[in-house]
Amino acid sequence: MPFKRYVEIGRVALVNYGKDYGKLVVIVDVIDQNRALVDAPDMVRGQMNFKRLTLTDIKIDIKRVPNKKTLVAALEAADVKNKWESSSWGRKLIVQKKRASLNDFDRFKIMLAKIKKAGVVRQELSKLKKETTC
Amino acid sequence: MSYKYHQFQVVGRGLPTETDEQPKIYRMKLWATNEVRAKSKFWYYLRKLKKVKKSNGQMLAINEIFEKNPTTIKNYGIWLRYQSRTGYHNMYKEYRDTTLNGAIEQMYTEMASRHRVRHHCIQVIKTATIPAKLCKRESTKQFHNSKIKFPLVFKKVRPPTRKLKTTYKASRPNLFV
Repeated sequence: MPFKRYVEIGRVALVNYGKDYGKLVVIVDVIDQNRALVDAPDMVRGQMNFKRLTLTDIKIDIKRVPNKKTLVAALEAADVKNKWESSSWGRKLIVQKKRASLNDFDRFKIMLAKIKKAGVVRQELSKLKKETTC
Repeated sequence: MSYKYHQFQVVGRGLPTETDEQPKIYRMKLWATNEVRAKSKFWYYLRKLKKVKKSNGQMLAINEIFEKNPTTIKNYGIWLRYQSRTGYHNMYKEYRDTTLNGAIEQMYTEMASRHRVRHHCIQVIKTATIPAKLCKRESTKQFHNSKIKFPLVFKKVRPPTRKLKTTYKASRPNLFV
């Protein structure tokens, strides 16, 4: 099993621990074996331990330590936001966030929708069953 | 990023006497965890260099020095003098870090782990930012690569907050990336 996701300049990573949990950041330079210099459009460029990062499949084309403007332009050019939100990982995270932010009325609406969907599925199933037995 | 060691600029001189109306003023840059310790360290070093003690001297100023560019990576060279179990030795160590305080903290922890030298047995002689060409140690030079690329081989996934930590897990972890 060769490795597919490498720590390299331009690799997009997800922060999985700490104050910036859940953010997408770009690895802008490598300090040493355990730390990287990391940047995102809404944070000050800072260092982060690799233990706090999970690498994604997305990589953008930047030079070592670009300034903020170049970084934002490169992120736009590579369309990182849309790529992330359409990937299965990104979609799962969006659904998780939505579920965590529901209020009781939303959960009630979801319950009704689930019952309706299950009713429709059961109707189709009984139709298919009737066709095969008769 | 909170650092344990802060850099201070301490300025002091001996008290003026009848023979010496304007004693020479000395300034030192040193690392300590807080201001009180910095002042104490200042007198410790000054006693070794000049005939002056805290009791016949005065502190003129103490300011903390902050990193000018904490968002750029630099190679720091640190010259130090430390006391081992058998004598005093000099050492030169290199660290890659964003701030000098971070590099000094790395130095203290590394000296403690590699040579069992505690904080009070280490004296920092000199520090400098070294340009990449002049670095001596292979372990810093291996990161001087603009196309650096390596995989993360052992990836233990941690719970995102310490509150979600459990002693027992239902299944064995997947450590691949």
